[in-house]
Amino acid sequence: MREGERLMTICNSCRYCEGFCAVFPAMERRLRFSESDLNYLANLCHNCSECFYACQYAPPHEFAVNVPKVLAEIRVQSYRKYSWPGIICSAWLVTALGIVFTALALAFTPRTSGGDFYAAISHGAMVGFFGALGVLVLAFWCIALVRFWKEDQSRPALTVHAFLDALKAILTLSNLSSHGAGCTYPDERHSQARRVFHHFTFYGFLLCFASTSVAAIYDNFFGWRAPYAYLSVPVLLGALGGIGLIIGPLGLLALKMRRDPRIVDARQDGMDLSLIGLLLASGVTGLALMLLRGTAAMSPLLAIHLAVVAALFVTLPFGKFVHGIYRSAALLRNVLEQRHRDQGQHRGER
Amino acid sequence: MTEKTLSCDVLVIGGGNAALCAALSANECGARVLVVEAAPVDFRGGNSRHTRNMRCMTDSYGEEEYWTDLLRVTGGHTDEHLARMAIRSSSESTVWMKGHGARFQPALGGTLHLGRTNAFFLGGGKALMNAYYQAACKQGIRILYNAEVVAMKLEGGAFEGATALVDGDPVQLRAKAAVFAAGGFEANLQWLKEAWGEAAENFLIRGTPFNKGRVLKLLLDAGAEPVGDPKQCHAVAIDARAPKFDGGIVTRLDCLPLGIVVNREGVRFYDEGEDLWPKRYAIWGRLVAEQPGQIAWSIIDSKVVGRFIPSVFPAVRADSIRELAIALGLSGDAVEATIRRFNESVRPGRFDHNVLDDCRTEGLTPPKSHWAQAIDTPPFLAYPLRPGITFTYLSVKVNESANIVMRNGTPGRNIFAAGELMAGNILGQGYLAGFGMTIGTVFGRIAGRQAALAAK
Repeated sequence: MREGERLMTICNSCRYCEGFCAVFPAMERRLRFSESDLNYLANLCHNCSECFYACQYAPPHEFAVNVPKVLAEIRVQSYRKYSWPGIICSAWLVTALGIVFTALALAFTPRTSGGDFYAAISHGAMVGFFGALGVLVLAFWCIALVRFWKEDQSRPALTVHAFLDALKAILTLSNLSSHGAGCTYPDERHSQARRVFHHFTFYGFLLCFASTSVAAIYDNFFGWRAPYAYLSVPVLLGALGGIGLIIGPLGLLALKMRRDPRIVDARQDGMDLSLIGLLLASGVTGLALMLLRGTAAMSPLLAIHLAVVAALFVTLPFGKFVHGIYRSAALLRNVLEQRHRDQGQHRGER
Repeated sequence: MTEKTLSCDVLVIGGGNAALCAALSANECGARVLVVEAAPVDFRGGNSRHTRNMRCMTDSYGEEEYWTDLLRVTGGHTDEHLARMAIRSSSESTVWMKGHGARFQPALGGTLHLGRTNAFFLGGGKALMNAYYQAACKQGIRILYNAEVVAMKLEGGAFEGATALVDGDPVQLRAKAAVFAAGGFEANLQWLKEAWGEAAENFLIRGTPFNKGRVLKLLLDAGAEPVGDPKQCHAVAIDARAPKFDGGIVTRLDCLPLGIVVNREGVRFYDEGEDLWPKRYAIWGRLVAEQPGQIAWSIIDSKVVGRFIPSVFPAVRADSIRELAIALGLSGDAVEATIRRFNESVRPGRFDHNVLDDCRTEGLTPPKSHWAQAIDTPPFLAYPLRPGITFTYLSVKVNESANIVMRNGTPGRNIFAAGELMAGNILGQGYLAGFGMTIGTVFGRIAGRQAALAAK
């Protein structure tokens, strides 16, 4: 935190980076930096590192300014602070969870062949388990969101326009665009690679979610039971989503391996790798299940897939996934601050 | 032991803006280019890595206005022909720069007054240098870091080769032509002392510690015609707590016109409100350098806090002028007397620090012509000031081809100069924000093209 304050003071009297992303203009709106300010700025940072490469004070300069690394360190602390009950899990925990779930699922799943999922695992068990898990995840996310949001003392009024602006920044990752050149990840050359692979992952996840939602509607409102035809909406959405969840995490992993070590906070590798691994595993097992659902491999594959998804669900409120929650909230807060200031200036001019 | 020898068509000595512009241009004219940069890779780019903008002629900032601005700050110590070349090429240069990866952005926060005259680099000068180095790598230009030129074969204006220490080992460099763009001597305290005497001991160097003037000296020793006064430099008043070298932009203080400035005796010595700050900041380095101990203090009250970009170092604060003076190590009586006399002579007016307002003193020597407000609202704040040297103006004489002119008046056969090493031709004294980058870009490109021609 001290280090964050020191850096922000240097940055605030330099300001060369203000054209890069939302972090620097947000910093310039402040003269002092409290813990909650730093947590907000840290979550606004997309960790692209452009400011590191452009910094005249980057190490080995004696000022040793390394904004992306310090903000990454503050960010993970902020996850601990706002996420209830303050547990952030690493790759070890996730691996253990994955193994336990898989073993349990395999042990209790009867071997059946043919395409009937519910012959392997009963409809009620599946819906009940994941329904409960889903509600819990949502509850934990809401708690985290409220705790993060309450830190902002000014709390300007929310408007639809602000929501839409923030949503656009979230959905397009405009802060990783650097005016169309792309961000400096994994090294100092500009590239859109990280943004593109994140899009694959993010939209892959959303498509899988959409697939499940459509399937739930089919099931509950129309009484149409899975498995659905290959050209049905849930299967098409799920297949596209699964492909996204294979290409995206693999790409992000490859980039991460080549990341400039000067900027990496190595203690977060476990957290990053857990999420990448679980998303990738969900994609792979999901696609495999779809392709092999008519064979004898169906029931063990279903068990493994559900176990992986269950492990993913359990870590959603406690793992790297929460970055999306806080980043989205920070982007919204940023839009509100900007609008507030623009209106203030407008009044001032008159 | 056999020494390593490297050959090329055009050898570029230096690694800042002018050097890279020359290297890229020479390469595009078909020359095989070798760049030798004295700094290691992390500190490459000379003083350009601390810059943020370049003064450019535009539709709204025409040649005559630009020229008049230059004439005023230099007091006529300039070469009109070369200066107008730099001014005219400046607008077209931005197109060339973009073609080599440069990116621009609107004027930075707190610098809106420069929005019309200066093009700001997205991310600042280091980002620009990174883009140029990436472009150079793409074009196949070879770059040696940690490579300091220590000797040259240069007789009668004909360059044959040089010796560089690369990571401490001598390497022979052979070239058909050379571009010299290795900066001035501002990081060479010994040389500064020759010009300024012992006072130079108290100077801070705002930029790169690698500009030791060795290449400038080699050129002068080899018979290049000097131009400019060794005592002239771009020097501003910076926070006295800044590091000796490389403190860059965050050490600057913009609050001087909002208060008063006193020296070690606790007395004022110059009109703090003479003109708008962007037009006056460049004289304060020299003013402080002329004070006893080369130190001064800017004193403001809490009324003006928030009207200037904060410095990286916190202000010294106190609830009374006497306590403030004591905290600064000054005589409480003297500073109190100075403030009292100042406050008594302030005439009423409408304060506006963005224009030349009518807040001034009457019957005070030296006067404060604008933005004079009584310093009466505690807490009182002070920042210590020292001269911060940005770059020196002693240069080698060049003609319009950036060709170095020898003492006998003839241009050298295959030697060219760009950037700070020849800026003294155009900047005899004073400074215009962002003009160093203009000279570096325009004459860097000229020097590169001409060197490639000379190498054919």
